[in-house]
This record gives sequence, structure tokens and C-alpha cells, in this order.
Amino acid sequence: MDLNIPYLSIIVFLPVVGAIAIALLPGAKAVKRIALTTTFIAFALSVALFVMFGSGGGIQFQERLSWIPQLQVDYFLGVDGLSLPLVLLTSLLGFLAVLVSWKIELRVREYFAWLLLLETSILGVFSALDLFLFFIFWEIEVIPMYFLISIWGTGRKEYSAIKYVIYTIFGSALMLAGILTLYFTTGTFDMVQLSQTDLVGLRAVIPLSTMFLLFFVGYAVKLPVFPLHTWLPDAHTDAPTAVSVMLAGVLLKMGGYGMIRVCVGIFPETIVHRFAPYLVGLAIVNVLYGAAVTLRQEDLKRLIAYSSISHMGYVLLGVFALSQLSLTGATLQMFSHGMITGLLFAMVGLVYDKTHVRHIPHLGGLARQMPIIAVVFSIAGFAALGLPGTSGFAAEFLTLLGSYSSTIVPGIHIYTILGVLGIVITAGYILWMLERIFYRQALERYDGVRDADGLERATIFTFVAVIILIGIYPKILTDVISLGIQAIL
Amino acid sequence: MLDQVPYQAAWAIFLLPLFSFVIISFLLRPFFNHQPKLSGQVTMAAIGLSFLLSVWVLWSVITQGALSIPEVTWVVIGDTTIKLGLMVDPLAAVMLIIVTLVSLMIQIYSQAYMDKDPGYCRYFAFMSLFTGSMLGLVLADNLVQLYVFWELVGLCSYLLIGFWFYRPAAAAAAKKAFIVTRVGDFGFLVAILFLYSRTGTFDIATLHHLAVAGVLSGTALTWAAIGIFAGAVGKSAQFPLHTWLPDAMEGPTPVSALIHAATMVAAGVFLVARLFPLFAHSPQAMTTVAIIGGFTAIFAASMGLVMNDVKRVLAYSTISQLGYMMLGLGAFGLAPAIFHLFNHAFFKALLFLGAGSVSHTTGTFDMREMGGLGKAMPWTYATFLIASLSIAGIWPLSGFWSKDEILTSAWGEQRIMFYLAMITVFMTAFYMFRVLFLTFGGEYRGGQHAHLHESPKVMVVPMVVLSILAVGSGWLNITGRFGHFLGEGAIGGWEHIFTIFAHPLPWISLIVAILGILLAYMMYSTKRLSAQAIGQRFSPFYTLFSKKYWFDELYEQIFVVRILVDGLFRVLHLFDSRAVDGAVNGMAEGTIAAGSCIRKAQTGQLQLYGLAIIIGVIIITGSFLGIHFWGG
Repeated sequence: MDLNIPYLSIIVFLPVVGAIAIALLPGAKAVKRIALTTTFIAFALSVALFVMFGSGGGIQFQERLSWIPQLQVDYFLGVDGLSLPLVLLTSLLGFLAVLVSWKIELRVREYFAWLLLLETSILGVFSALDLFLFFIFWEIEVIPMYFLISIWGTGRKEYSAIKYVIYTIFGSALMLAGILTLYFTTGTFDMVQLSQTDLVGLRAVIPLSTMFLLFFVGYAVKLPVFPLHTWLPDAHTDAPTAVSVMLAGVLLKMGGYGMIRVCVGIFPETIVHRFAPYLVGLAIVNVLYGAAVTLRQEDLKRLIAYSSISHMGYVLLGVFALSQLSLTGATLQMFSHGMITGLLFAMVGLVYDKTHVRHIPHLGGLARQMPIIAVVFSIAGFAALGLPGTSGFAAEFLTLLGSYSSTIVPGIHIYTILGVLGIVITAGYILWMLERIFYRQALERYDGVRDADGLERATIFTFVAVIILIGIYPKILTDVISLGIQAIL
Repeated sequence: MLDQVPYQAAWAIFLLPLFSFVIISFLLRPFFNHQPKLSGQVTMAAIGLSFLLSVWVLWSVITQGALSIPEVTWVVIGDTTIKLGLMVDPLAAVMLIIVTLVSLMIQIYSQAYMDKDPGYCRYFAFMSLFTGSMLGLVLADNLVQLYVFWELVGLCSYLLIGFWFYRPAAAAAAKKAFIVTRVGDFGFLVAILFLYSRTGTFDIATLHHLAVAGVLSGTALTWAAIGIFAGAVGKSAQFPLHTWLPDAMEGPTPVSALIHAATMVAAGVFLVARLFPLFAHSPQAMTTVAIIGGFTAIFAASMGLVMNDVKRVLAYSTISQLGYMMLGLGAFGLAPAIFHLFNHAFFKALLFLGAGSVSHTTGTFDMREMGGLGKAMPWTYATFLIASLSIAGIWPLSGFWSKDEILTSAWGEQRIMFYLAMITVFMTAFYMFRVLFLTFGGEYRGGQHAHLHESPKVMVVPMVVLSILAVGSGWLNITGRFGHFLGEGAIGGWEHIFTIFAHPLPWISLIVAILGILLAYMMYSTKRLSAQAIGQRFSPFYTLFSKKYWFDELYEQIFVVRILVDGLFRVLHLFDSRAVDGAVNGMAEGTIAAGSCIRKAQTGQLQLYGLAIIIGVIIITGSFLGIHFWGG
């Protein structure tokens, strides 16, 4: 029965195959259909992979080919409990991003080609098990992002795009230095082998703690961690809707994934434990500072963008609290935030499409004119503030529980309690935002605006269904995630 | 005799209203919107069934003790397991009856009250969701599950306060309610994390054992109890988190009756009762509960004295009565507190329904525009009178019995709080009869054209049912049976209905209450005393009470706006855009500036480049030679 079908390669490269087809085939109409089909198949296959994923854990669906034998670089793919949910998330959001982009009319062919290439690069990051290959995918991602923001964006789009690129390259330069020093220390790029190697026993070319920091800063730019976060509000705000969905939904998770896979997974305990207290402190800065600044935003999209900084703080907290529970919570938070913030950006996009306004003080009373958008936006908002019954609660509760009961980082109780304070501020900005957009008297100038149409409804309802499903029954994901985390710790 | 009730019945009790919510939102509203009545009927059917099952469960618990119900696993990570399970003990069984019965009455009433509202379907969907969540809260056997439903009832409260979201006041009140209660939930959540890290369990029964056995004790127990109590303070609108409840009156009146009087706000009291062993083994926690409760009782009652809006008086009354219950708990009176919760649910729901009935015909809640309604609305008047007598604590109505038990507990444990509670008895009787005389007595002060009429039968019947309960529910504990069921005291005889006056305490509280009624009578009915003159005489107090001690201003304008949003957060925002992002942009500009400096060197003159190359070669060769000779 085992036909050795390279499922992962198919999933990773299907979008780029679609991109090539879009670029080559004539006919503008086919573009969107090709994009939809390829991303859907990639998603369906990821679901299949998820279902087939064995309960034994470990790295499954491995594919290995020798690529550059002189440097011992392999084409090496595989997923474990940590990366599989992220692959699933990426392929789902990739598919939904195509639906969100359905009404794009400017340079359609190019747009979808870049969008699909973006999906492939992210899928590659999550499934690569060779650091060299990982780095290649990591770098490819910058190119479509640059074009997507600078051509199809709004506002100061060129500035934001170049800012994003410079930040990312700064981060990946450090990571590259980390990868090379790790390679010259161990002689391998193989991430599985690296995670089993005891680095302490080897003669490192630079101190291990420096190497750890190179990786960490590289990932911290992506997550983002204060004070490396200022690219995020600009890029998120000026990107087109679907790209904001991808940015917030999966690109940030590359940072969290890297931290778990490399910083925690490869580096020896002594190094990780030495830095953990500082990083946990930084996480709380992220949570509280992010939430405080969010409350000051008047641009709807910028508000959601800043809220991501706060929510990613919980990921950082969970990762460096270093317990199985906290890391599982952090990974679930990555998945959950991907869906929730993805939906929030999609909703902001809809509100903007209908009203052409993003300045919150100019909005108001829209619940009358667009009831469905109001309901779904509210559900997304409540999920973001961690309401039970949504994935946001399951993820944040597990993260906080794991962090609080972690025995590794001294004083983590205080940090976690401060982190819990974040949920009060979150309730503040979410409810204030909902009030100012949807409640109070309906405004005459929005009398003609339409509610979500059939396609838009289908898209946003899908988000809602996943958010509620994971909220009610998080076991679907946590069973898989905790297998992966157990192996890493 | 029936066998023990199957455990599925307990699940059905809270799942039925949730199904009703799902059916209304996903089936009736999208596809049967032309028949909005269906949603009300589905809600009533679901809650009615829950009520019947609750009666069955209660019977089973009375005759055969607590039910044991298999748990379902929710999440397993490593050695952490979170389960879903139901705890059907006497406390839960009593709460089930309160919630389902009051909810059923209010749904019936709402059929008429919400009749012409365009949001009819939405209303019943939210009411179903609320009832289901409240029942889930009551039945939860572990802290995580309790917290889940705790937050969900908070959501429903938000949705229903903001039901008329196009009113700015309603939208603001909804937001305020959610955020203020969340401040309390912060403590509750931290307490859950703390208890888990100490004990490794969320299970309520296990936590009881640990507290009783002394495994969980000392400062740790006190902090855990105080954290949990913070949640209760938020939900039950106790001082200092009381500010949201009066504003919550912006919601439809049946909502105020169900959520903000009878059930959800009582969840704080229930929470303390549910985790009572944790409190009872920490003297500091008990004292805190008693002081906050006793203080809130008199503090809220003082504001109730001067409000002109019927619903606001009732809101402050609710806060005050919840304070009584907290005081009872803090004075080790678990059964008296729950008994008062039980009685209060009926008479306070009735008072709100009465207020709703009055506004149904007058179109206002402002008592200055009412008066003389007794003649036009005999049923509303009669039932309102019964409820007022009951809450004032007049023998032999229900409020008398439970209030007396709480006072007795306070006398034994918290003497100072006892005196405050006694003053509150006076205030309660006064403000309730002030409302009664202003609304139903005297002459009508509203517009001339008003056609005053009694509310339809659908509204009157639930009020009559509740008034029967407001008279009779207090009798359940005359023999001590109610308290015994909850695990306190012994069962006595019916003669207690009269022998209670063998003790002086009931006499005193009864006389105090009658004095309160008398004062209201003289001020608002016979007008022998001028309310205005008294108001001027005590004008500093009048201002203090009617301005609500300026807590809204303190919290909203000073703390949230001045200190946080326009203060600290503004500074952080500026720091973010100027310092953090400024540094980044500064670095970029610096790079560009450096680039333009260096560009000047690039003159394009070949001879200059050649010179530079030659100098460079000399330097490099020189240094190599130098290293070779000296370093070698």
C-alpha cells in the first residue's frame, strides 16, 4: 500500500506550479480558478496528511534526496507534531487568501503568481528539515512580499515594503551567520541530527550563547519581539487585505516556529535556560506594551496590526517558559492567532471595501447596514480577547497555565500574572473598537453600503467554523502538537 | 418511586437551551424569519423541558443524594488533563431550579414584552444562550469549565445589555459591564492558575478535600480565595467593581430581571458558595468576604435612596442584596446566603417584571412621570406590593426568613457588619416603598393623553407565579429543611413560624423595616414630611448619593482616560513612533547620509582612483611585510 507518494513535496510545490501555470497560460479568467484549485488541493492534502499522521509521533512523511553533496546539503522534508499544524494553517490560509483576493482587478496574473509563490515559500519553511533548505525558503518569501505590498498595497506602500525587506534581511543575515557557525561547529545542516547532537561537547567556532542569540534575533524580527517590531504595523497596514491575512496569519509564525525548532530544539538546555528569564520578561513587555499602544490606534487596520504584537507576546512567553504545556499552548496560540487575526484582517478589508473608510472615528453604527459583517467581526473580536468557546481561549489558557506552572524559569509567576493583565486591556481595545465601528446610531452616509455577498460569507464563515471548532474541541490539535513538543523538549 | 435520574438528564438540562440557541441562530433566523414567534416558542419549550428535568434532578438528589456523572476529556497534554464534568449536588440542584424557573417565567413574559421589537429572534437566541451558559456554570465540576461558562454568561450579558446597540448609552453600558467584570476575572483566572500549580487539579471536589485536610492552607489558601473572590466581586457587582450594574439597566427589562437580578449577578455568590471550604479555612478570606459584602450592602442601598429611575433603584437594591448574601457567606452562613439568593431571585425578578409592566404602558422608567398607576394596573400593583414587602423583610414573606438568618449569622461572627446590615434593612424598606408610593400611589404625573392599561395576561401570569413564590419560598426553610439539604443544621418543626419571635432579633429587624416603610409613607404618600426639605437639609449626602460617590468619574475619566489612555498609553505610543521607529528610520537616514558622504569620493577621475589604489597596495604590502618581519 505504501507507494511512497511525496505528499509534502506535492503540498509545498503545488502553489508554485499554479503560479507557473498562471504565468504561462493565456486567458485572464483562468487565473483565479487555477489559484483556487491548486491552493485547495494543497489544503485538502494537508488535511489528509493530518488525518494520516501517526499517533506515534516523531517526524513523519520524510523525503530525502542528496542535493549538494559537497556541503552535505540535502533536500530533506518532513513534519512532526509542531510543524504539521502550521502546514495545515498555511495551506488553509493560502486557500482563503485566494478567496479574499477574488475581487482583485489590478495586474491579476502577477498578483496571484506572487501570492502562490508566497504560500510555497512558507510551506517550505515549515516542512524543511535541512537548515540550508530552510534558509532558502525563508529568503524566497521576501520577494513576493515586496512586490505584493509595493504594487497592490495602499498608503505609504513603497516605504512599508522596503522597510519590511530591510528588517527581514537584517534578521535573516543574523540567522545565516547562526546557520554557518552551527555548520562549521557540527559539520551538518541536518536539523534532526542537530537536535540530537550535544553541542556542549563540541568545539564551537563562536560561543554557543552568541550563536543562540544570532538565531534568536533573526526569529525575533519575524515574530516580532519588542523593540524589533516597528516594521509590522507599517507592513500590515499598507499591504492588500489577503497579504495582511498571510502576514499576520502565517508569516509571524515563522518566527515562533524557528524559536521552538532551533533555539529550543537544537541548543543545549544550559544555554536556553540562561536566556529564558530575560526572554520571558521581554514577552511580557510585548504583551503589555503591544496592548497599550493598540489602544491608541485610530486606523482600524493599524489597530489589528498592533494587537498582533501583544498576542505574539504570549507565544514568546509560552516558548521560553519551557514546559510541555506552555510550548503546546504557544503552538496552539500560533495556529489560533493565525485564524483569528487572519479573519480580523479579512473583516477590516470588507469594512474598507464597502465604506472606503478605515479611520475609526469616522465609522459608526454599521451593525444596521452590514449585520453579517458586524456579527462575524464581533466573533473574531471576542476570539481575539480570549472568549471561551473560541480557539483564542484554549490557546491562551494553556499557554498561561503552562507558563505559570513551569518550574524552569524563576519568578515566572509574576510574569504570567502580568501577562494575564493583558487580557483585560485586550477586552478594552476590542470592545471599544466594536462599539465605535458597529454600534451607536446608524450614519446616513453609509446607508447605501452592502453587507457581505455570498462568496465573502463563505470565506469568513469558514474562518469562524475553524475558530469555534478548535475552541470547543482543541484536542484535535493539542494531541498532535504535544507529541511534537514532547520530542523537542 | 422513580429510580435515580439518569445522568444524561443533567447534561440535557444545560444542553437544551444551547440547542435552542443553535436552532434559532442557524435555522429559524436565516430561513423562518417571517415567523419570528417560533423563536420564542422554541426557547420556552427548551427551557420548560430543562425546568422539568431540574425538578426531577432535585427530587433525585433529595431522595438519593448527589449524582455521579462520568467525565469527558477535553484536553490532555503530558500529565495535565482538563475534563468536562457535571457536579450535581444539593447546591447545584437548588440553583438549577432557580435558573430554569425564573428563566421560564421571563421567557413567557418576554413573548409580549418584546412583541414588536425587530430583534425578536436575536433576543430569544441570546436568552437561550444565556440560560444554557448559566446552567453550565451551575453544573460545572471543575474550575476551568466553571470559568468557561462564567465568561460565556458575561458575553450574553454584554450582548443583551447592548441589545439596542444603536443607543449610545446601551453600547457604552455593554462595554463597561464586560470590561469591569473582566477586571475581577483577572483575579479569578490567576487564582485558577495558582491553584493548579499548587495542587495539580481543577476538580472542585478535590480542592474541597485539600482545603479541609489542610493540604492547602495558610497564605496560599488566602490568596487563592481572594483571587476567586475578585471574580465574584466583579460578577456580583460588589464594591469596588459595582459601577457596571446600574448602567446595565440599558438592556431590555426582562434581561435585567433574569441576568442582572436573579441569576447571573448571583453567580458571584454561587462561586463563593461552590468553593466554600477554601474560604472557610482562611479566616482572612472570610473576613474580606464579610466586610466587602456588608459594606456593599449599605453603600449600594444609600445610592438606591435617591435614584429617580425605577430600574436604577432596583439595580442598587440588587447590589445591596448581593452584599447581604456575601455578608452571610463571610459570616459562615452558607445555607442562609443561598437561601437568600433563592428568595431574592423570585422577588427581585418580580420587581423588575413589575417595572417593565409599568413602563410597557407609560413608556418610561422615570418615577417623576408616574404616579397613580395602582388603579389602572391592579395586578402589577398587587404583585409589586408583595415583592416589596418581601424584600423589605416583612413577616411572613420570603425575604423576612432569609434576611433574618443572615442577620443572625452576622450577629455571631461580624458584629460591626451586623449593625451596617441593620441600617440597610431600614434603607431597603424605605427605598422600596418610596418606589411603590411614587409609582402606584397619588396622581398620574405623566402626559395627559396617556391611555393607562394593565399589561396583557402573558405578562401578568408570570408575575403572579413569581409573587406566589415571593410569599411562599421562605417557608421552605421554616423547618430547617432547606439548610439541612445544603448540609447545615437540623430539621425542626413547623412551630418555628411563630417561635422565631421568641428571640429579640427578628422583632428588631421587623420594627426597623416597618419604620422604613413608615418614613416612605410619610414622605411620599401623605407628604407629612417634605422630601424636598429633607433633601435640602441633607444636601451634601443627597449630592454624594445621587452622584454615586463619583466612582464613574474616578474610574472612567480619571483612571482609564487621564491616567491610562491619554497618559501612559499615549506616552508609550509616542515612544513607539518616535523613539523605537525613529531610531530605525534614523539609522536608515544615517546610512543614506553616510552614503552621500562617501559618494563625494567617487569623482570619476581615473588618476585619483589610481592614486588610491597605489596607496592601498603600499599599505597592504607594507603591513604584510611588517607582520612577516616582526610578527614571524
